[in-house]
Amino acid sequence: MQLPATERRTGASVSRTPPSIKLGTALALVLFICLLPRRLTATYGIVAGILLFLWPLCRMPFLFALRRLLVMEFFIAGVALLSLLTPSATPVVLAALAKSNLCVFTMLLLIWTTPFHDILGQLRKLRMPTVMLTTLALMYRFLPVLLEESRRMQRARASRTFSRRRRLAWDNLAAILGQLFIRSAERAERIYLAMCARGWK
Amino acid sequence: MHLPDGFLDARTTVASATAAAAGVAIALRQVRTTLEPHRLPMLGLAAAFVFAAQMLNFPVAGGTSGHLVGGVLTAILLGPSAAVLVMTCVLIVQCFMFADGGVLALGANVFNMGVVNVCAGYAVFALLRSFTRMEQRRSMVFAAAFAAWFGTVLGSILCAGELALSGTAPWPLAFPAMANVHMVIGIGEGLATGLIMLVVMRNRPELLDAREHGARASLSFIGYGLLTCAGLAVFVAPFACGWPDGLEKVSQLLGFERQGANAVTAPFADYCLPWIGSTTAATAIAGLIGTLLAFAAAYLLARVLVPALRAPRKDAASGN
Repeated sequence: MQLPATERRTGASVSRTPPSIKLGTALALVLFICLLPRRLTATYGIVAGILLFLWPLCRMPFLFALRRLLVMEFFIAGVALLSLLTPSATPVVLAALAKSNLCVFTMLLLIWTTPFHDILGQLRKLRMPTVMLTTLALMYRFLPVLLEESRRMQRARASRTFSRRRRLAWDNLAAILGQLFIRSAERAERIYLAMCARGWK
Repeated sequence: MHLPDGFLDARTTVASATAAAAGVAIALRQVRTTLEPHRLPMLGLAAAFVFAAQMLNFPVAGGTSGHLVGGVLTAILLGPSAAVLVMTCVLIVQCFMFADGGVLALGANVFNMGVVNVCAGYAVFALLRSFTRMEQRRSMVFAAAFAAWFGTVLGSILCAGELALSGTAPWPLAFPAMANVHMVIGIGEGLATGLIMLVVMRNRPELLDAREHGARASLSFIGYGLLTCAGLAVFVAPFACGWPDGLEKVSQLLGFERQGANAVTAPFADYCLPWIGSTTAATAIAGLIGTLLAFAAAYLLARVLVPALRAPRKDAASGN
């Protein structure tokens, strides 16, 4: 799984609209879609039309949308499969399918045009508690670092291991993850010292 | 288990969001009063760690792979309240950076995976720790593995209850499907949690001493316990034993009940799978057997893994 790159989105005009408007519009659309009646009506088509109109404006690549939609489709398809076994529920399931796909698509447009730190800024304006904000901000900052670190450890481990037995693979991954936790704990201590050195509190 | 938007109806969304907000509020209060300032960055780093851990795939039989969810692991490593906040942040980032799990369903997801999974798993862990008389590391691995399995299954049952209450999937189908799938997934979760606990205990055992404790912690435990029971009573009990639907009454009182919901749930009320007599009873028995099996498996895991610890093994000692 790749982290969405931020630098590619700067060109789109939608990217330059204020994040509050983008977030508000997306949430309103999702709310509207979720409140639609539970059978397929023309309104679903209208919403899909709106999203298709917004798509080129947001300049979201087709492959990005497809890949992210497919990830969600596993769960959606699982629930749909369950419900298709009961004949009376078919319109409900079709509506739920349409709803969840439209909602995921709306969120994808938001994600493509809005970097996470903009969303963090909005959450701060909405008075989210400081502990949560700090945690979210640190998480956003160190996510790529830890991912890179885990990949480095995996590569190092793979270059020293000449067996593909499953037992060993589990042992290796657990060792890597345990070590990753220890390293993140040590990094957290250093971050605290660095925060204090820069006058935190 | 990430519920997307559009599967839950209004009352389930509101109820689960309220429960999630209450859980996060208890956790925030607990963390604010007991967390030492130098541990604050650890929350963010732990959240990033959980996210990174979810991206590494463990190989499962037949070329498929699963990944760690990490709620119970975080609860054991940092304490339950910190873990609730960490898992909530992970779910928020997954929602707003990857569209994984819906925005309106965020409340349900936080409640299932961030509050109930973490707190019930931690409670089972603490209970098992206090009741087993084994060598310390062995009881740690045993309790962690079983608690991780239990938390996963409980979270999935709540998820099934929310889907059924919304009228999206009928309970006699949703409950066995979700519970059975997650009883299998939970084995991986338990195994990974036990193995990772062992690595941390072997290399930096002092990291485990810094968890929350004291009188205030027990107060928050009561809060989490009540919340978990309320969640089970609202989302699962109406289907499991034919109790009156409490949420229905509340939503009628408050006036936000949607017309469609009733008409949709009604046909499923007496629904039974044709090839099994009573699915809920069958699944309950299967669940009991599964629980006993998982319990035995976790015990075996601890027996097998911990003696190996006495003879130092080089291969799992360090990452690079």
